Amino acid sequence: MGKSLYEKVFERHAVRKLPSGQYQLFMGLHLIHEVTSPQAFSMLDDRKLSVLYPDRTFATVDHIIPTTSQLRPYADSTAEQMMAFLEKNTKKHGIRLFSPEKQEQGIVHVVGPERGLTQPGMTICCGDSHTSTHGAFGALAFGIGTSQVRDVLATQTLTMDKLKVRRIEVNGKLGPGVYAKDVILYIIQKLGVQGGVGYAYEYAGDVIRNMTMEERMTVCNMSIEGGARCGYVEPDQVTFDYLKGREYAPKGEAFERAVADWASLASDPDAHYDDVVRFDAADIEPVVTWGITPGQSTGVSGEIPKAEDFREDERQTVLEAYKYMSFSPGQKIKGTKIDVAFIGSCTNGRLSDIAEVVRLLEGKNLHVKEGVRAFVVPGSHEVKRQALALGYDKVLTNAGFEFREPGCSMCLAMNPDKLKGRELSASTSNRNFKGRQGSPDGRTLLMSPAMVAAAAIRGEVADAREVFGQA
Amino acid sequence: MDSKRIKLTGPGIPVRGNDIDTDRIIPARFLKTITFDGLGEHAFEDDRLGDKAAGKVHPFDNPAYADARILIVNKNFGCGSSREHAPQAIARFGKGIVAILGESFAEIFYGNCQSLGVPCPTLDAASIEELMSLVEADPKLELTVDLEKQEVKAGSRTFSFSMPDGPKRAFIEGTWDPTFELLSAKEQIQKTAASLPYMNGFTTAP
Ligand code: SF4
Repeated sequence: MGKSLYEKVFERHAVRKLPSGQYQLFMGLHLIHEVTSPQAFSMLDDRKLSVLYPDRTFATVDHIIPTTSQLRPYADSTAEQMMAFLEKNTKKHGIRLFSPEKQEQGIVHVVGPERGLTQPGMTICCGDSHTSTHGAFGALAFGIGTSQVRDVLATQTLTMDKLKVRRIEVNGKLGPGVYAKDVILYIIQKLGVQGGVGYAYEYAGDVIRNMTMEERMTVCNMSIEGGARCGYVEPDQVTFDYLKGREYAPKGEAFERAVADWASLASDPDAHYDDVVRFDAADIEPVVTWGITPGQSTGVSGEIPKAEDFREDERQTVLEAYKYMSFSPGQKIKGTKIDVAFIGSCTNGRLSDIAEVVRLLEGKNLHVKEGVRAFVVPGSHEVKRQALALGYDKVLTNAGFEFREPGCSMCLAMNPDKLKGRELSASTSNRNFKGRQGSPDGRTLLMSPAMVAAAAIRGEVADAREVFGQA
Repeated sequence: MDSKRIKLTGPGIPVRGNDIDTDRIIPARFLKTITFDGLGEHAFEDDRLGDKAAGKVHPFDNPAYADARILIVNKNFGCGSSREHAPQAIARFGKGIVAILGESFAEIFYGNCQSLGVPCPTLDAASIEELMSLVEADPKLELTVDLEKQEVKAGSRTFSFSMPDGPKRAFIEGTWDPTFELLSAKEQIQKTAASLPYMNGFTTAP
């Protein structure tokens, strides 16, 4: 019996089996940011430990950074303190920091791939759940807690259980106006937010194969919302082409050797899977969440489902969602008024996401509906630079969108970008939990960038294919 | 405190509901900090405010549970973020929560609790319901979580629970804090690192 990529990469990195039955796993790449690393560095100091492989750890700042002006010191003194602490710690331990001053910083899951740090066959970890994003390259990438950040700093290893592997095939061809975001929201809707517990998700099938790296990242990003510990796509020519020439990618002959190695990591045709599920691309339409978990969603033409349509153990959360969101079963999702439109985050804040919105807006003389706050936050300075070079900011601002400085922004609103009161936001981010976007009663509908743009223009949830004319 | 976690005792505190995510356990606005101190008082803050507005009292605001040491929850508790602030906030609530009993836990949350030394035994839905009712009827009732016997004692009632062998042994033997155990294999770590293709310019044959 052959092996899956998961098994191959896991075996390479297993340092030993621990007495507990778990494994000690070497981490090829460790990414850190300002929110989850300070306590880890303090714990390290308390125990008089040093960083074992400082050149395998890279730092950036994303959660707390303002997206209006990034001049220091930040207006928010806690944000300033966190930034200063990160600077101090990275300097002390010889860790590379992608700094805001040099306009290098960005969301950790955008920066890693664009710098070529994220590579196939690596184990990657970061004190942030959406580390699963890096799986798009055929890496095993895990979100970890702060004590584990401490462990990785001190030992470059983690304690890990071996996961089960579920292969998720999406076959066929996506219709126009149906994006990677819709694919993953659909998968989560079908398999549930707990469906992936105990699993690594291997995404496969023609639809995934035909995706660009950025689209694959969108899919892998939300593995965690589906309950999976990580998610990945087997590396192929698309992966290799993306990496070639990037700052930290192998160069020259080493790149050729790397490609040979990476290609060998794809799952064997007779690999063992603990589960296989298949979806048909033709069944997927643009998806919108209506509830308070990323699994509570419907196609844009659909309606808020009835509680009876859910398993009994899910109904309580469904009832809670109706109440919190002020939705009733049977109501159409289309036409729901929105107050805020947010395009950004590690799910959909990359150049291709912005490019698609610009493509849809260009030359159509469309404008953001009066009363709607609409803004686009690039995932990194690199994304911003490219967007400016292509003139995307002009198209966006002409249409009434603000074009901001890079960061996590309203994905979780740890910076000044926040919902107010019961405001309802159409958002390209990955979580619609209660209070997620900065107001304890704020409401979030997750969707693709095209759908958020459509909602911004109409001032209500709308089918992007209609608003922009068969996208 | 001794690192062995064999028997954990104290009054309980029930927080009902499935899929209680980390943003509800500790709202994101409290994550802006460079230490975990003081997080305990903000645990469930938005839910507490919400309950107050609705004329209800959240268990974490109810003085009857002020001495609680053992949290009782339903299903998929701690889903959402990997941030350790959530278990840290719970562990720092009031007198300190030392164990969480639930129907099921989100994986990262479970692992984070383990590395803080907070065991999260799982029980079936009926046992959890009964435990919650017992504690609601008598918030002073002393619960005993016995990791060796894999059972919870509540007054005259005993409930058995499950817990994977690995974490269970780590708690009983006091080895749940993994840093030193991991570091003890430094040579093997270096050997593994040297064998990885991306650590040596891809010169090891695939
Ligand atoms: S964009 Fe959102 S989900 Fe992604 S790292 Fe930032 S806060 Fe987390």
